[in-house]
Amino acid sequence: MSGGGITPSDRFEKAVKLTLADGQMRANLRHATTTIRRKRQRAQDEVPDWQELRDRAARMKDDAHARLPELLIQLEERVQDAGGRVHWARDAAEAREIVAAIAAGYGLNRVVKVKSMTTDEIELNDFLASRGIAAVETDLAELICQLAGDRPSHILVPAIHRNRREIQELFRRTLGADLPTDNPAELAEAARLHLRRTFLAAEMAVSGANFAVAETGTVAVVESEGNGRMCLTLPRVLATVMGVEKVFPLWSDVELMLRLLPRSSTAERMNPYTSFWTGVRPGDGPQEFHLILLDNGRSRVLADPSTRETLRCIRCSACLNVCPVYERAGGHAYGSVYPGPIGAILTPQLLGMEHGEANSLPGASSLCGACLEVCPVKIDIPRILVELRAKAGVKPAESAGLKAAAWAMASPRRFEAAIRWARRGRGLAPLLPGPLSGWLQGRDLPEMPARSFREEWRRSR
Amino acid sequence: MRVQLFVTCLNDAVFPKVGLATARVLEAVGCRVEFDERQVCCGQMHLNSGDEASGRDLAVRMAEVFAEAEAVVSPSGSCVAMARHFWPKLAGDTGRIAAQKTFELSEFLTHRLAQGLGRGWTPEFAGRVAWHSSCHGRRGLGLLDQPKALLRQVRGLELLEIESEDQCCGFGGTFSVKNPDVSLAMMDDKLDALEATGAEWITGTDSSCLMHLAGGLSRRGSRLKTIHLAEILAGGAD
Repeated sequence: MSGGGITPSDRFEKAVKLTLADGQMRANLRHATTTIRRKRQRAQDEVPDWQELRDRAARMKDDAHARLPELLIQLEERVQDAGGRVHWARDAAEAREIVAAIAAGYGLNRVVKVKSMTTDEIELNDFLASRGIAAVETDLAELICQLAGDRPSHILVPAIHRNRREIQELFRRTLGADLPTDNPAELAEAARLHLRRTFLAAEMAVSGANFAVAETGTVAVVESEGNGRMCLTLPRVLATVMGVEKVFPLWSDVELMLRLLPRSSTAERMNPYTSFWTGVRPGDGPQEFHLILLDNGRSRVLADPSTRETLRCIRCSACLNVCPVYERAGGHAYGSVYPGPIGAILTPQLLGMEHGEANSLPGASSLCGACLEVCPVKIDIPRILVELRAKAGVKPAESAGLKAAAWAMASPRRFEAAIRWARRGRGLAPLLPGPLSGWLQGRDLPEMPARSFREEWRRSR
Repeated sequence: MRVQLFVTCLNDAVFPKVGLATARVLEAVGCRVEFDERQVCCGQMHLNSGDEASGRDLAVRMAEVFAEAEAVVSPSGSCVAMARHFWPKLAGDTGRIAAQKTFELSEFLTHRLAQGLGRGWTPEFAGRVAWHSSCHGRRGLGLLDQPKALLRQVRGLELLEIESEDQCCGFGGTFSVKNPDVSLAMMDDKLDALEATGAEWITGTDSSCLMHLAGGLSRRGSRLKTIHLAEILAGGAD
């Protein structure tokens, strides 16, 4: 199993109990995110006009989204002009059917995959398997997840929850690799040998896309390992599943993104493997190209002006790496292939705020603001988390406490009476709505003072 | 200068010492301190908990109280960040006017001292003090070195800093009770770092974070104690 979709099966506060208990995973995550945080900061500090670049990127994304229908139709025309085919998928089910039908149309029972969040979002691998088509992940970390039967837990580093020793053991067991040590180079070599045979035999590849350019009909994939390049060039058939929000009007727009994305995600100055293709070219690369444009809730996200900037996301994962909640909870607690701060706002919006499990995700934040500070397209994640908490509505159990507090706080006299009441009951309950047991789980309450500030003030002045 | 003290609902109810200390510090730098008893809560707790209607109602009430003031000063980075970033949206023009003159204590002091005011003010506090940076002050108001620079001026005080200063302590308002498991995991890491400094005190700009940390310290049986920045700047704990 890999992929995993975007539908959480539990509310975050419940799911997190399991993941927090996994000490090994927490240690792995802490090590990995601490390292990548430092590197990213250095990569950002090298660029003097970083803040201006962020502003420009945010504007560019917003402008593209404001004219999305027009851009998508232009993209469709250009891709078709260049010999590709374009499919429109309203939701995950339609997109999966389209990909399966393409493979079946060529009589294939095996596809190789480029690392792709979008195909994970639509749970493509499991669906293809149900149609007798094997999907083989070729990104090293995705391969690790696939071999281990894990769900990815990070956007960029799907196996971030695993350490070298665990991977050494996994490769020994599943690939029959002769691995005397957990040296990273040797682990990668074992995966390479396994994958090389797979690439050479592959007849169809499935990818996602980082960007598309409407004016030229070009699609782009940004990756670090070169496995993507293999998939995008060797097989005869290529199917790309792309979220509709990824399109830009101009070829020149991509330049800015290629400056921001690598520094934000892998802390590299320049991305190692960046593949662009425009339709098909006879005798070179795939001879059949299918572009599947996926909505899957994105139109609904765009329809709300207060939270639509969520779709600016370029999946760099910088917000995951700086998030203190993500670092401890781990990706699996979010129940979606989009974890961390961006997942906490994207997942519930894609599913709709009425989703009873997903709408717990905006609560998975202390609102510390670290995510906004690093976001290369300046998504105001803390503000959107607050907006979404309001849209999710307050649970009845919490509502009574909040309403009581609001009533008391709406009048200084009532507030003073509430303080006196709290003092007598030696409890902060009216001032700290919500389950008090949550507080007492690991913290003592402060002693209530003999007099409130306003009483002290009156006495002293 | 006449300064309206925005004490915050938490300090009013639970930490009156912090309010009194804030008033003493402001007077020490030459301000005339007033306290408008109509004030209660800035609305942040309700807004952040998903009850936008109540948050708006409380924010509007507070903005109306403070819009008339010459300047408003509060011993809380979080409540001031709420005022600055959300009152204009929730309380319109009144919110904007009130927000423009509302400052966090260390922010206000830094500005005032830079103008050469409050020269006679010579705070003293004997002890090893570890600095806790609160997120809303840090990221919402840009309070990075200002509070620490004030602490460095305190005679007898040894300032200790931690590498993970920019990491949240896990309080997060009602996050602390709705997601206690993660909140406590964050708190534990923060307390480990603070305890490792060998400090006797933890100080910061926000009673909320300090209450959370103090609750954890008490549960650990630690000898480390929390003290608000205002209490140190006022000359020490009562």
